[in-house]
This record gives sequence, structure tokens and C-alpha cells, in this order.
Amino acid sequence: MIKVTDLSKNYGPVEAVKSISFDIQDGEIVGFLGANGAGKTTTLKMITGYLVPTEGKIEVNDLNIIDDTHEIQKQIGYLPELNPLYTEMRVYEYFEFLAGIRNITGREFKNALARVVEQCGLNGVIHKNISECSKGYKQRIGLAAAMIHDPKILILDEPVTGLDPNQIVEIRGLIKKLGKEKLVFMSSHILQEIQATVDRIMIIHQGEIVANGTSDELMSNFMGNVLLNMEIKGAAIETIEHIQAKLPNIKFISMEESDGVQQVQFEYGKGQDPREELFRYAVDNNWAILKMTPHTTNLEDIFRDLTTDGGINV
Amino acid sequence: MFNIRMVFRREMLGFFNSPMAYIFLVIFAVVNGYFFTNTFFLFGQSDLRTLFDIVPLVYLFFIPAVSMGLIARENNIGTMEIISTLPLNTYEFVLGKFLAGFSLILLGLTATSIHFFTLMAVGTNVDIGAIFTGYLGLALMGATFTAIGVYASSVTENQVVAFIIGVFVVLVFYMLDKTLIFVPHSVAGLVQFLAVDYHLSNISRGVIDSRNLVYFFSMIGFFIFMTIQTLEVRRWK
Repeated sequence: MIKVTDLSKNYGPVEAVKSISFDIQDGEIVGFLGANGAGKTTTLKMITGYLVPTEGKIEVNDLNIIDDTHEIQKQIGYLPELNPLYTEMRVYEYFEFLAGIRNITGREFKNALARVVEQCGLNGVIHKNISECSKGYKQRIGLAAAMIHDPKILILDEPVTGLDPNQIVEIRGLIKKLGKEKLVFMSSHILQEIQATVDRIMIIHQGEIVANGTSDELMSNFMGNVLLNMEIKGAAIETIEHIQAKLPNIKFISMEESDGVQQVQFEYGKGQDPREELFRYAVDNNWAILKMTPHTTNLEDIFRDLTTDGGINV
Repeated sequence: MFNIRMVFRREMLGFFNSPMAYIFLVIFAVVNGYFFTNTFFLFGQSDLRTLFDIVPLVYLFFIPAVSMGLIARENNIGTMEIISTLPLNTYEFVLGKFLAGFSLILLGLTATSIHFFTLMAVGTNVDIGAIFTGYLGLALMGATFTAIGVYASSVTENQVVAFIIGVFVVLVFYMLDKTLIFVPHSVAGLVQFLAVDYHLSNISRGVIDSRNLVYFFSMIGFFIFMTIQTLEVRRWK
């Protein structure tokens, strides 16, 4: 379990993380979403003990990061952003080094090695120099390195960035499988990358958490009004502009006319669907409806709204 | 202790997996061998003094070159983040690095022992004691310079900058002895005590004085301490 309370981090005068709080339970896969520079990496670096928080508290399985840094680090597997590796080493030498620091040697190491090789599909490359491996393999080596001690908690900073679509699917599958028994906390700046993988999404913007919930929860919390795009022929302009007089639920937004076709935008509140009434109204007023498409907000729009300036605060 | 050994082993693997260690050892042996044998047969003296004079000069550039990448490279390629998030103490990391660098220097120094065998073969009345202390002095000086090099490597992520800082600091301690005539009498004693050359020449003469040993060990300790502090402070920034 990870429990973060009022966590802040300043780099000189810059406030990278501003008093955020959240917790993650065992067995959960949580996606940490935010634009570049929003404070994701800084937060992860503090949880893993790489950076010391300016203020606030981080508890991992009831241990405090300041007092029990090493104890916490023993329970965490961490894949840093950009996946740094000792390229001059052979793959198994690298694992042997990491395992050694974590006191896994001899028979135990052999078992651990066999486990991560199987989990991450590293069979062909184990005796290769890391520098000779492809990018996809390097990413898997980084992931395997984070799991060599079979940690209860996996923290992955942008684990699929820079991979090709097939590799992304592979790594996603692997993370999903791992998430069944481990707590996984992964960051990304691309929504689609994590939407398919995680149980819960946390969105961070300018150092503050602006949303936290499952994708369904986020959808219902943040869905705004529905825009209705219509193409109409032969309508009197005042029947369009003053629609609200007859149908109070529908608001007129804009209209453009070209070649006798009117491109009209209406808006109505979420949860309502006044399209039937609108249809009858159209018939009464002799509109010929060529097209009618409601545009609902999706998670992508919500993410964009939340992470551009003037985002909604929860 | 075990962690220090793991860091040390990883570093040695890195040295010998790349051409770096081989290049260093070969050039170190060739340069020293050239300058030593050049005059050895001319002078006709049964000692290794010319070797002991040339090695410190070679050290001035070789040791900063060997140690420049030790920590700077980890900062540069980002593996420092992996190291810092392992249950590993900073002092274990720094000591492992220092010992790896120092071992490479010792290996280079061992290679020069071929000249000792030449000396034994052709010389007469060889003063084994002086040769032993000469090597001891060179080893201590090598360790001191390595500690300085490790420190220089920790303050930057650019290996070239680390090299330049390393050469500069090493040079300062090496040259102090030569500046004695320019400094006021009152501080001359202190300046001389800080000069690495002064302590080396004492030991090389065959006198193992605790003052010299204290000097070398406190220099090594000081720069290793500074390295640990530099790395610790970074986490709090």
C-alpha cells in the first residue's frame, strides 16, 4: 500500500508538486496521467527515495520513506523514465549485480533469473551485451531489472514510451498480468497508453491532482454538455435562433449557411436527450434534417480540459 | 561490505568489458617503460629512482582519466537513479567505485615491476627496502589521486569536465611543494605538509613515518567524505 499525504516538492523557487494526497491499495493498477512537466516523475522519484520531499509524508506498507528508505526500497521495483541501463554490461551480469545488492545470490538468483526471463520474454538475449539489444528488448530488460527481487510494488515511469505499437501491446499485457498480484503505479502522458491497462486513473496538472477515479467515474464527473451538430435545409432562421423559446432544454450556439444548407450547433445538458422533441419541432417548422450528430465528451476531452490552463479543479 | 564488493565487481566488469582498461594499462606500461629504460642503462645505478620519478608525472593525467567516468557517467546516462533507488548506502557505492579505480592503478603499477626484475638481473647491491617503500609511496599517492578523481567525477555529469577538475586539483597538490619559495615563512610549513610530493619523497627514501601515512589516509578520507556529501546533498535539492 502506498499512502501519500500533503506531499510537496520545490526545485528552488519552482513548485513541482503542490501538496498532493492519494493512496493506492495492494493489487491495484493505477495510472498517473499528466502532461510533460506536470510533476509525475518528481512524485515517483520521491516515492522511490531518489528525491527527498520538501514537505509531506510518504508511507509504503506503513513504513516512512524518510526513516526507512532502504526498507521501502527493498519492497519496490522501479523502472525510471527513459530506462537507463549499463550498456557495457551483459544482460545477466546486470541482473546479477542488481540481485546481489538485494542479497539474492547463488541458487536464489538462478531462480529469480529464470522467473524474470520467462515473464519478460528475454530468452534470446540473456548473454548479449545490453548495447546490442533492440529498444523493445531494452525496455523489457528494464522491467525485468525492476522485478528481479519479486517486489510487491512496481513503479513504472512511462514504461511504454518510444515503443512500436506491437511492443506496446506486449508490455501492456505483461503489466496487466503483473497487476493481478502486485500494486502497480505507472505514469504516462498519453491517455490511450494506460486507459486499457489500469484500474484507476489519477490526473496531475501543474503539480496538483485534478482528477482521481476509474474511467467511468471520471466520465460521469467531468462530462460537460453535449454538442449537437446538425445540417438543415429550408429552415427559417428565427426558428433556429429562438429554439429555446419552444424547447427550453436546447440552446442555440452557432449557425453557418452555404449552398442553402445550414450548419447549426445546439447544446444540451448531459443526461438529457431532447432529440425526439427536436425532431417534432423540425417537422412542425418544415426543416429538412440532413444530419444530426451528438458529440459527447470522451475521456480524451476530459484529459485535455483538465491539463490545459484553467482546468477544472475537484 | 558485500555491497561494496558488488559495486566494485560491476565497475571492474565495466572496465574490462570495454577497451578502456586495456588501453590504460598498455599506455601506462609503455610510457613508464620508455622513460625508465631510456636512462636506466646510461646511469648505471642499481635502483628504480627514475621510475619512481616518472610515475607521479604519468599519474597526473592518467588517474583523472581513469576516474573521470566513475560517477559522472552514472549521472550522465541516468543509472544513478537506479543506484539511488536500490537499498544501497552512498558510502558503499563511493567506496566500491574508489576501490575499482584504485585497483586499476595498482594493476598498472604491478606491470612496472618488470623493471624490478630487470634490475635484479643486471644490478648489484639492490636496496630492496627502498624499492618496497618506493612502491608503497606510489600506491598511496595513486590512492590519493584516485580519491580526488572520484570526487571530481561526482560534482558533474560531464566526463570531460570531471577530467579537467581532477587534473587541476591533483596538479595543485602536486605543485604545492614547488611553490614553497614563493610563500611566506609562516605558512610554508603548512603548505609543505599539504604537498603530496613532500610525503612521497619521504616514503620513497625508505622512511615510513606515521606523519606521511596520516597525510595520505586523511587525504583519501577527506575526498571520499566530500564525494559522499556531494551525492547525498543532491537528493535534497
